[in-house]
Amino acid sequence: MAKTFELDDDSVVVVIGSGAGGGTLANELCQQGVSVVLLEAGAMQSTTSFTNDEWDSFGQLAWLDARTTSGSWRIAKDFAGLPAWICKTVGGSTTHWAGASLRLQQHEFNALSHYGAVDGANLLDWPIGLEDLAPYYSRAEDKMGVTRTHGIPGLPGNNNFKVMHSGAKKLGYKHCHTGRMAINSRPRKNRASCQQLGFCFQGCKMGAKWSTLYTEIPDALASGNLELRPESHVLQIEHGKDGKVNAVVYADKDGKQQRQKARVVCVAGNSIESPRMLLNSASGMYPDGLANSSGQVGKNYMRHMTGSVYATFDKPVHMWRGTTMAGIISDESKHDPSRGFVGGYEMETLSLGLPFMAAFLNPGGWGREFSEALDNYANMAGMWLVGEDMPQEKNRITLDPDSKDQHGLPVANVYFDDHPNDLAMREHAYTQGTAVYEAAGANKVYRTPPYPSTHNLGTCRMSAAAKDGVCNGLGQSHDIDNLFISDGSQFTTGGAENPTLTIVSLAIRQAESIAKLMQEKAI
Amino acid sequence: MQDRINRRQFLKTGTLVGTLAVGSPLALLAPSRAWALEMESFNKATGQTLLQFCRHIFPHDTMDDAVYALVIKDLDSAATADPAIKELLQSGVDSLNQKAGGDWLGLDAEQQFAIVEAESGTAYFEKVRSTAVVSLYNNPLAFAHFGYEGESFSQGGYLHRGFQSLDWLETPPADASPAA
Repeated sequence: MAKTFELDDDSVVVVIGSGAGGGTLANELCQQGVSVVLLEAGAMQSTTSFTNDEWDSFGQLAWLDARTTSGSWRIAKDFAGLPAWICKTVGGSTTHWAGASLRLQQHEFNALSHYGAVDGANLLDWPIGLEDLAPYYSRAEDKMGVTRTHGIPGLPGNNNFKVMHSGAKKLGYKHCHTGRMAINSRPRKNRASCQQLGFCFQGCKMGAKWSTLYTEIPDALASGNLELRPESHVLQIEHGKDGKVNAVVYADKDGKQQRQKARVVCVAGNSIESPRMLLNSASGMYPDGLANSSGQVGKNYMRHMTGSVYATFDKPVHMWRGTTMAGIISDESKHDPSRGFVGGYEMETLSLGLPFMAAFLNPGGWGREFSEALDNYANMAGMWLVGEDMPQEKNRITLDPDSKDQHGLPVANVYFDDHPNDLAMREHAYTQGTAVYEAAGANKVYRTPPYPSTHNLGTCRMSAAAKDGVCNGLGQSHDIDNLFISDGSQFTTGGAENPTLTIVSLAIRQAESIAKLMQEKAI
Repeated sequence: MQDRINRRQFLKTGTLVGTLAVGSPLALLAPSRAWALEMESFNKATGQTLLQFCRHIFPHDTMDDAVYALVIKDLDSAATADPAIKELLQSGVDSLNQKAGGDWLGLDAEQQFAIVEAESGTAYFEKVRSTAVVSLYNNPLAFAHFGYEGESFSQGGYLHRGFQSLDWLETPPADASPAA
């Protein structure tokens, strides 16, 4: 059933990364009869090997290879070697994501023209709009089983949601429910329904949450058109004299270098590794890295405006019981510059177990105030704030000349400064989150700073004009016809919504385009 | 290895002992109320000092010493694996005693804390803090103390074990929160 391809088979599409973008793209190509080699840096896990233990799971799934940080963001101080909380495993960060599946809003595709220019921000309109993506959003929602779409009922709200809902109603918010979640509220497509384990971030042991690990990838293998190569860490993408990419060099599980020839290469290593691969592939013909004639590769790194509010109450909440993020208030996701910033944000339930609450509540914190929060852990409710942050050229992924990984290649340095718009939005979101919990009767409210980034976006962005970005509206690089960007690094701007649904929708759309271009012999 | 430990080395290392408080929720998890931690790199006084130091960094007044001892266990392991860490922690304990005029443990809690506060930001403080923030809260004793239930898969999740147990606020309507 599972196919194998020769290393010198130059008819295959090589997809790098098996997460939301790469895993979906590989399957969608395979279903159209295209031969795909899927290279994944991480190892294979399963619902059986996933564990309900936060630190053990972190060691099992997270990308822990060296990275460095710079800039004024607090992460550079508290988590200098861990700018992002993303995964190195088959299925990528779809093993770890919470399942929130929201469409971008129409105006968010047109950030520059809708908001107007913002000082210090490198805003740009996407070359595509909601109308282009809508049919693919619908297919993605069906594929992933998103609640409140396609007749799928919403999830039942847990204790943490009850607190959010009570506060939201008292505050006058109109849009609060258990969210659009790619977590089965009923058994569907050979996946079980949610048993409220409370360990969504640790890999769903029920398989109720959509992950490419046990949906797209096995479907692609069943097609007979996929070879999946786990523990295959890509080092470089090579090109021929014609300038087109023609091979991918990777280190296999024994650290041995292999070279897979390719007709098309699709990069989906997340917004830190994707630009790093392009930059590490610099050559005589492309001295600044592949697809980088604009100089935009690695720039405009976005991580969403985030923050959390935790609140303690007189009585027990037991927020850890049940689905981690099945609760949303979306009243603040609109663009309303009277609030003092452009763009909007979502408020979503969030719970951390005791071990991670200690680690992330106030990194570096200690003393009685810190301990007091944990003393009230059983009486605590929590929410995550996630909104649109401003693309800035200076926020970027570069190659760190002073730090090399286990394969001898420069690691990614992640530079980030908050934009004044990000700071204004975060302050507003903290204030509103606090108001929600105080309306529900909170005794004390804690403002928790952003975690290492889970939404990494925009480092190879789409643009109508080649000079403004790295790829076109299909994710095809402006410079090299047979090189595609297939993950969240395509995002021109970030929108307020959790990005996975959009990444999956773009991948479905891109797969159609690649198959068509191959058929036409255009690539 | 055992028989190669000479008497001098033996005297240099120590054992922390304690007894769980009567009625402690931790007693349910322990085979007996008495507990002991044998250390490889620290003598008893160093172990006791580090334990009290942890109690000031993360003060949970009703939490048993047995939980803090798990931090000392991890610090001791780290010190045994890396002489530089042993040196760092020993120098930290020496610094506490020096600032206390000889015996930091002998000071009252307020005086102890004033010295701890002055030491924050030092390398050994950060080593103890960053170890404790993981070790102290990532064990079954701490879970029991704080009421965190943790692992749920083996028990069928929380679907039938209280994911909607909160009863002091109104129940959201079905359109916001459909039935399971």
